[in-house]
Amino acid sequence: MSSHSTDSPRIDALFDRLKADKQKAFVAFVTAGDPDLDISAQILAGLPQAGADIIELGMPFTDPMADGPSIQAASQRALAAGQTLMGTLDMVRDFRVTNDTTPIVLMGYYNPIYIYGVDKFVADAKAAGVDGLIIVDLPPEEDDELCLPAMAAGVNFIRLATPTTDDKRLPEVLNNTSGFVYYVSITGITGSAAPQQQAVADNIARIKNHTKLPVCVGFGIRTPAQAAAMAAIADGVVVGSALVDVIAETAENKAETAEEVLALASALAEGVKRT
Amino acid sequence: MEQKNSYRAGPDEKGRFGLYGGRFVAETLMPLILDLEENYEAAKNDAAFAAQLEDLQTHYVGRPSPLYFAERLTAHYGGAKIYLKRDELNHTGSHKINNCLGQILLAKRMGKTRIIAETGAGQHGVAVATVAARFGLPCTVFMGATDIERQKPNVFRMKLLGADIRPVTSGAGTLKDAMNEALRDWVTNVEDTFYIIGTVAGPHPYPAMVRDFQSIIGRETKEQMLAREGRLPDTLIACIGGGSNAMGLFHPFLDDGEVDIIGVEAGGFGLDTPDHAASLAGGEPGVLHGNRTYLLQDDDGQIIEGHSISAGLDYPGIGPEHAYLRDTGRVTYVSATDKEALEAFQLITRLEGIIPALEPSHALAHVGKIAGDLPADHLLVMNMCGRGDKDVFAVADHLNVEL
Repeated sequence: MSSHSTDSPRIDALFDRLKADKQKAFVAFVTAGDPDLDISAQILAGLPQAGADIIELGMPFTDPMADGPSIQAASQRALAAGQTLMGTLDMVRDFRVTNDTTPIVLMGYYNPIYIYGVDKFVADAKAAGVDGLIIVDLPPEEDDELCLPAMAAGVNFIRLATPTTDDKRLPEVLNNTSGFVYYVSITGITGSAAPQQQAVADNIARIKNHTKLPVCVGFGIRTPAQAAAMAAIADGVVVGSALVDVIAETAENKAETAEEVLALASALAEGVKRT
Repeated sequence: MEQKNSYRAGPDEKGRFGLYGGRFVAETLMPLILDLEENYEAAKNDAAFAAQLEDLQTHYVGRPSPLYFAERLTAHYGGAKIYLKRDELNHTGSHKINNCLGQILLAKRMGKTRIIAETGAGQHGVAVATVAARFGLPCTVFMGATDIERQKPNVFRMKLLGADIRPVTSGAGTLKDAMNEALRDWVTNVEDTFYIIGTVAGPHPYPAMVRDFQSIIGRETKEQMLAREGRLPDTLIACIGGGSNAMGLFHPFLDDGEVDIIGVEAGGFGLDTPDHAASLAGGEPGVLHGNRTYLLQDDDGQIIEGHSISAGLDYPGIGPEHAYLRDTGRVTYVSATDKEALEAFQLITRLEGIIPALEPSHALAHVGKIAGDLPADHLLVMNMCGRGDKDVFAVADHLNVEL
């Protein structure tokens, strides 16, 4: 059985509060530095007000193997605008000046962290105010790499469970997981097929047999209606590609980007809170 | 019995060769690669599997490939006795078929009904499309849009063989990006799809499995050299992109300490420029495509596209076992530039009547650098891992010849 972390209380405090209010979490994903540092910082600062309970901040990488075209493009825009891992940690630090409650989870791939240096990264991330990490290419088989150092530093390591994670494997996946479990609703990449509510509900029930941690659902959820449907069966709903697509669509008129992204975030949050 | 200090003992149970290798994949794929590992281990110990593979290697591929004494090349350099391991004579024109046959038999054994693959130069793609046709399985090949442009003959061959070619436009549109896209397909089609990786890279068990299927090159070489010269060769030389032909030649000799082993990376415009694909010489250890290995990358851990005249070598990584063999010093890794490879390509074509692929032309360029200084009884084997038909248009272009 996984236990709640005691070192990174923002995520646990959030889910305790939502549970008391009979509410679900809206997790908003954007890529750090997309389309550039200024606008990305504006979006980040505005997300809590727009209704995001947790911010999942993408660390751009040249080779995002689990991501679909939308988030691939977001990574490329951010890298082209000069985003670095250090710059992403700076964004979190700046955000924390005015917001000490909204959890921030960094999502990405291992290599930039490995090059930054694992021990330095977990220390800097903790100091900047990062609450959790979702690292796509670190399955439990590689826990020594980053998961254990992160947990030791008081940063939640949030694991992805997927439709291919069978009952035999689930305990291993949930071991060393803290904060929440991210259930990947489909076999596929981000922003692709829409998930089937019943299949997801069955899998969430299966996961909950093994853990008391909250379970959030992501991949393929684009609209307030889909968010509402998923919120009915999960503890939280993650939306990424749809938000990131707004950044792409407003590329010609960046003055509107932050406002448009936050408007969609509000609509999605309303969908999640409808339940 | 494994020797205690054997260089051939890897990988360990975590799929590591020392620091390198591993299983750095998304959770969705993790159960699949564990399943693959289990099935591969079972197949390895199955005499019927081995017999079927051997039969196909003999009658379909045309193995064993000859070990040819290159008399005029030897005379030209005036030193070491140069032998060519003629894997370019295999069906489909390169060593790639050795691995593809092994993997498609495994796919059949596992009940998979759809094949995917990535390809750079198209040699692996052609080999995959070939075995898919032979075994009647639908096949999708991911290929960078840039590579499609410079490897037209192979693209058409794959289409003739019935493969569905998916152009990849992300990144620079080369091998690295094709591999990303193949992984994205695999993560989407987990039930029915078998991913035939073409080189000794990717998550465990691929580096070990591809090596095992390619090791027939080295085993044959050993036997042929013993029959011909009564002793082992003194030096082995092979080109390296991901490193599958090299690993296939090298692996059976790793514990023969008297054999010098040299891998030749693609030096592009030169190692002092940013435009090369020499991950060992110019890279740092990092994690990409499921394994830790040397990668071309910047200070922020972002991957840099490799460059080489040869589409089969411009991969920014290298198989993890090569990374391990470099660090231990068992294998020496050098590089040859585009220009040197192009010169070697023309030289051997004229001297031996063999048009090589641009990939082994890099190995040949290094042969040219050392052969003249070696004694006449020095036995040197170079792996002629592919033939040059696919490259004639690109070479004409570089030589400013209009076809």
